[in-house]
Amino acid sequence: MAAVTLLEARDLTRHFGGLKAVNGVDFELAEGEIHALIGPNGAGKTTFVSLLCGRIPVQSGTIRFDGADITRLPAHKRVRRGIAYTFQITQVFANLSVFDNVALAVQRRGGRLDVDTRAALDRVGLADRAGQIAGTLSYGHQRVLEIAMGLALDPRLLILDEPTQGLANAEIDIFKTLVRQVVPDTTVLLIEHNMDVVMDLAQRITVLNFGEVLATGTPGDIRANPAVQAAYLGG
Amino acid sequence: MTLSTRIWALHLAVLAALLAGSVLLPAYHQTNVAKVMVLATYAMGYNIAFGYTGLLSLGHALFFGAGLYGAGLLVQHAGLPAGPALLAGILAGGAMAAAVGLLALRTQGVAFMIVTLMFAQAGYLTILYNTAWTRGEEGIVIAREARMLFGHDLSADLPRYLAAFALFAAGLVVKLWLVRSPTGRVMIALRENEERSRMLGYDPYARKLAALVISGLYAGAAGAAYGLLFGYVGASLASTQYSILPLLWVLLGGAGTVLGPLVGALSMFYLIDYSSAFTTASLLVVGVALVLLVLFAPRGILGTIRERWLKWLP
Amino acid sequence: MSFGPFLLLALMEGMVTSAVLALAAVGLSLVFGIMRVVNVAHGEFFMLGAVSAWFVSQWVPGPPAVAFAAALILCPLFVGAIAALADMVVLKRLNYEPEATIVATIGLLYILQQAALSFYGPDARPVPAPFNFRVQLPWFGYSGYKIAVVAASALVLLGVWRLLAKSRVGLIMRATQYDRETARAFGINVDRVYAGVFALGGGLAALAAVLIVPIQQAHYLMGTDPLLLSFIVVIIGGLGSLRGTVIAALLIGLSDGVISTFFAPTLAKIVATLLVALVLVFRPQGLFGRRAL
Repeated sequence: MAAVTLLEARDLTRHFGGLKAVNGVDFELAEGEIHALIGPNGAGKTTFVSLLCGRIPVQSGTIRFDGADITRLPAHKRVRRGIAYTFQITQVFANLSVFDNVALAVQRRGGRLDVDTRAALDRVGLADRAGQIAGTLSYGHQRVLEIAMGLALDPRLLILDEPTQGLANAEIDIFKTLVRQVVPDTTVLLIEHNMDVVMDLAQRITVLNFGEVLATGTPGDIRANPAVQAAYLGG
Repeated sequence: MTLSTRIWALHLAVLAALLAGSVLLPAYHQTNVAKVMVLATYAMGYNIAFGYTGLLSLGHALFFGAGLYGAGLLVQHAGLPAGPALLAGILAGGAMAAAVGLLALRTQGVAFMIVTLMFAQAGYLTILYNTAWTRGEEGIVIAREARMLFGHDLSADLPRYLAAFALFAAGLVVKLWLVRSPTGRVMIALRENEERSRMLGYDPYARKLAALVISGLYAGAAGAAYGLLFGYVGASLASTQYSILPLLWVLLGGAGTVLGPLVGALSMFYLIDYSSAFTTASLLVVGVALVLLVLFAPRGILGTIRERWLKWLP
Repeated sequence: MSFGPFLLLALMEGMVTSAVLALAAVGLSLVFGIMRVVNVAHGEFFMLGAVSAWFVSQWVPGPPAVAFAAALILCPLFVGAIAALADMVVLKRLNYEPEATIVATIGLLYILQQAALSFYGPDARPVPAPFNFRVQLPWFGYSGYKIAVVAASALVLLGVWRLLAKSRVGLIMRATQYDRETARAFGINVDRVYAGVFALGGGLAALAAVLIVPIQQAHYLMGTDPLLLSFIVVIIGGLGSLRGTVIAALLIGLSDGVISTFFAPTLAKIVATLLVALVLVFRPQGLFGRRAL
């Protein structure tokens, strides 16, 4: 795989009062890879991806996406450049239909409303529930809908924040198949606690601890890294 | 019948019933319903901001007043004919909404309510301050000769009713189309979850500003029409009470329903009309209605009907 | 009268406005600070205080001072009771959801205003001052009662501050403000605290009105201006900040006194309202406060 860099963060920093949530992080994403972000609770993973997608303003450092500096770009403009984010806590539009939820993503990128929405629902297996009110879906289906909304944006980079949290094993398998289908057209950055999913899916892994990068490498490298083991066992 | 046909059929039937009122209603009620249709147009605009986009403004009287005075002052002091004055009123409502929105939309929730309230209060006081032009609380009575539209005398019962109907019908059709369009879907998405909408690539500030301007155009149109149809332009019509009334009508009829503002304005108008027979304190009815609505029927009449029976109601 | 004494007079009038305004605004600020409720009916509590003071002055025989003293105690209690009732019957059932609460207090505003119209009538009526003496300055004589109003207000504010900062009741209020659920877990009766705070807020507005009613007559529409001015004070002072509220009341009261003496009062109000809107837009924590809305 030719390593073309899609996203590059340099010396990224964000403190909350005295808490160094993200502290001088250097980070690179290669185009088309599945990259996992792991680390103990409170390591700054969600803050870090929030900086990447613009939900939290950057304190210092730079972010480049697809060759352009996006450090100061507001979140909605980053989405338009192709960075999609799915929320850790499911945030579908609970009072709207499943169709409308996905249609909101499709119409944003100027897709064919009916055809593309149905196709996006088909891809995740929610086509037969298009008319249902999203808030009445089961928890697992809401997680899937959340991912479908991200995918329907047709992003260059899809950031998934703990996508398998609370899913049953069968649903996790469907999820893994889905992620494998979208690469290499879409690059995937994944925050994940389930190590089986991480080791199975990710081509590269970055470990965060106390807001700093502890290690980056292939699943094999990370598994063998003593510092990572210490952080996890000690954390 | 497809869903779309059913929805249009219902709304066109309501419009047909109102049009029939022009020949069926006795004069007294014809004047009342004409007034209700103008006020319901105002409420429809309010509903676009509040019911669909989730912007609870307490300052819409400023936009209504901009239309009222925009048209009224031009007719009175510049001798403009009714048609161009109406257009000027509409634009004044939209422009005022844009100016207020640019600032007020930097805030949210309770702060947004207070900021809009304060801007509207400043507008109301400005009207009182410029007595030479506006004649303050006393207001301006627009002469009959100035109230001619396409050769029809707007001070006569039938032309007035038909003009009010035309305004309301245009407002209703545009609103029905708008809320079922992709733009309307984004407005509703902003109401439901602003952060999620942002992460789908929508700019909340720009979208809310657009909704507020559309809302202001409606309010301006209603204000201008009110002045031209009923011949009175007074400061009380731009007071805080006229910011509260559309909120009340929309809450009563059902926030986020297309026909709710009409249902709310019509029922409230006649409730006050009947109650005035045995109490002078007509605002008591408004107050009690507001409290009872938020306590027991926060979805309003059509909102409850939609929740229980007609799920397809837009 | 030359400019210097004229300005002094304007400042003294401003002090009276400030004193009354501070009481009313602290009531509004307490309710927002502890309950997170924006009470649009606050001006009507003020009006009820003045109107009920007139009733007391009619019923209580003897010299005006006796009736006034009775009003000073009875009216805040009466208005406080109405406020507590409104809290328990309406606001509590809305679970203090911000937007519904504002709509409900707008409803309450109309209900109280129209109730006053029905029972009290549309006339403005004076309440006699408890005492009449003039303090003679070199340039002009000044009402001793007005000076007493300023002193009384300062005393009450000091009392409120002590109540909040030093007493057990204040501790319970602050605990409830900090976290409703935790307070409940510690056995604090949150419902009673809320009803009490709402009553205290209404009572302070009523007290302010009783103090002002010998200077300004009682009228059923008199609540609008105090509401607006209290809002202005609370927002400029920073919502929920007691010290900021008092400083802002001084600022607004004094400038209102000066501006109204030299310029048109309507223009002064236009400037003040726009100022509030802009402060909320660009500095939501207020000019003196730290907490954001």
